[in-house]
Amino acid sequence: MRIVVCVKQVPGSSEVRLDPVTHTIVREGAAAILNPFDAFAVELAVQLGEAHADVETVALSMGIPAAADLLRDVVARGIGRGVLLSDRAFAGADTLATSYTLARGIEALGGAGLVLCGKMATDGDTGQIGPELAEHLGIPHVTDVCAVPELVGGYVRVRRQTDTEIQELRVRLPALLCVCKDINDPRMPSLRGIRGSLAADIARWNCADLAADPARCGLSGSPTQVKRTFLPQRRSLAVTLGGGADEQAEAIAAVIREVGACRD
Amino acid sequence: MPGLAVDPAACTGCGACVRVCPSGALQMRENRPVVDAALCRLCGLCIPACRAAALSIVRDAPAAAAATECCGIWVFAEQQGGEPLPVAFELLGRGRALADAKGCKLTAVLLGHGVSDLAAPLIAGGADRVLLGDAPAFRHALELACAEAVCRAVAAHRPEILLFGATAFGRSLAPRVAARLGTGLTADCTELAVDCATGLLLQTRPAFGGNLMATILTEHARPQMATVRPGVMRPLQPDPARTGEVLRLPDTAPDRRVQLLRAAPQPPAASIADAEIIVSAGRGIGSRGNLALVHRLAERLGGAVGVSRPLVDLGWADYRHQVGQTGLSVAPRLLITLGVSGAVQHLAGIGGAQTVVAVNTDPDAPIFSAAHYKVVGDSLEVLTALLAALDRR
Repeated sequence: MRIVVCVKQVPGSSEVRLDPVTHTIVREGAAAILNPFDAFAVELAVQLGEAHADVETVALSMGIPAAADLLRDVVARGIGRGVLLSDRAFAGADTLATSYTLARGIEALGGAGLVLCGKMATDGDTGQIGPELAEHLGIPHVTDVCAVPELVGGYVRVRRQTDTEIQELRVRLPALLCVCKDINDPRMPSLRGIRGSLAADIARWNCADLAADPARCGLSGSPTQVKRTFLPQRRSLAVTLGGGADEQAEAIAAVIREVGACRD
Repeated sequence: MPGLAVDPAACTGCGACVRVCPSGALQMRENRPVVDAALCRLCGLCIPACRAAALSIVRDAPAAAAATECCGIWVFAEQQGGEPLPVAFELLGRGRALADAKGCKLTAVLLGHGVSDLAAPLIAGGADRVLLGDAPAFRHALELACAEAVCRAVAAHRPEILLFGATAFGRSLAPRVAARLGTGLTADCTELAVDCATGLLLQTRPAFGGNLMATILTEHARPQMATVRPGVMRPLQPDPARTGEVLRLPDTAPDRRVQLLRAAPQPPAASIADAEIIVSAGRGIGSRGNLALVHRLAERLGGAVGVSRPLVDLGWADYRHQVGQTGLSVAPRLLITLGVSGAVQHLAGIGGAQTVVAVNTDPDAPIFSAAHYKVVGDSLEVLTALLAALDRR
């Protein structure tokens, strides 16, 4: 069985600051990293690969050519191979176009018995790719998977954390799982893994390789568009509680008394 | 060809776009930015960076859409254990205002088993109509059957707008529905409005992982879809005299590919979402050990402890304490923040707080924009002094 884990390269720091003088945004320079939520999905794929002899693991990403480094890093952590979907036609994709492109990638691989995703990406914060990808593939999905799933026959048994309960589900394969943070303890690349990954052949597929419809990829395939960006509305000016720490503390204590929050 | 375009007439050649581009796709040549289309990811960061509004993303002319044939605003009214969730009423509250602005009907979509009685409260909460799917397939909240029912209803009635609560289930179901319908979905909107000129839904959410808000449009695809976090919108006062129609949806068969074997109530983690008093800590608290003092203050005030996302990412605190866009929305009577800088995502989660006291070393920290009392100082020092001051009494 093939297990495909979807990964994304995100900015190392999600901080975008506003220059107080020019009022333009300043992005703090930080290297691109593996989306932290994806690390748990990667580790899970590696563990399932180790536990089942007939499992092949593949990491899939859509991104710029430089994202090949990310896939190399994931191979160093124990994933079998990496495939990068990269094409100018993929740029500017929203979640619908991204999930469509990833689905074509998985089909070009020859399908997957199990697809694993992280909870969400730290740069987009939507958590929509997993369910959308499952829909494009026509397979069931489970989000918020909070324990290591068990592969039994043609099924996977999973536990998910809902807002109120823990559910145990039996899901027929092929299926897609979005795993919670802290489902496992992601390993760092081993020395041997790093050496192996240097020689690893990271496949790079473009739109034509995927036989994808360019009209459904990237900007063209994205129904949503950003109309404008702006600074959040400010509340009326706060009252400053000045002085040294002790005076400030006294003033805060007074506010606490005023709102009746002190337990005496 | 779609792509990033520079309006040479508007451009002042300041170079701000070049500095902000994370992919090196912009270069200054003869005092004007030039786009390397091979490197540009169309991330859009340069657009707000440009003070002259000289940059824009050009899209293909859209295929003629049937958007005009769609009408009506729909709200997915999630229920649990035979009761609509509060977020259903919050969406109806906002949906009512949008429907009145557009002059269209507001519909609640209700799926469950033995839930017919819930139609009345949804109508009292603002709905003109309830689409009721009452079948064994909906006994448990499972995505496949619900997506099937919602998509079939959408195909039959063609709503213009479809809203979901961003609960765990809503966040799982909505994207599935959006992908099947081939439409856009904007996650975790903090504001929804109707554009007077175009009638389009203005979907506003924090963006770029930082201190900016973005308004997003779904111009041509229908329905325009968005999720909204619980606690963000305000419900209407229920009006039992309101009348509305109830329409039964055709039966949906259960999807056997996913079976619920068992469910156990989650160990009752006291949720900070309901806390009256919250003391919350951010990275400025300095070290993990200092959190003990934060807990002491919270205990002293009979309140709960909240944290900003970095502390959860660092492993200093449990996710259940996280306040903000990706954590919990809180609405305490008193919120004291210690060393929280106040990224937009965090601010999105504290809009309901009645009194906010913010402590931060940086006088320009965005948290102060949401505060009623501003304390510029080291959060640990102030915290220690505050504990002492409270003990003196």
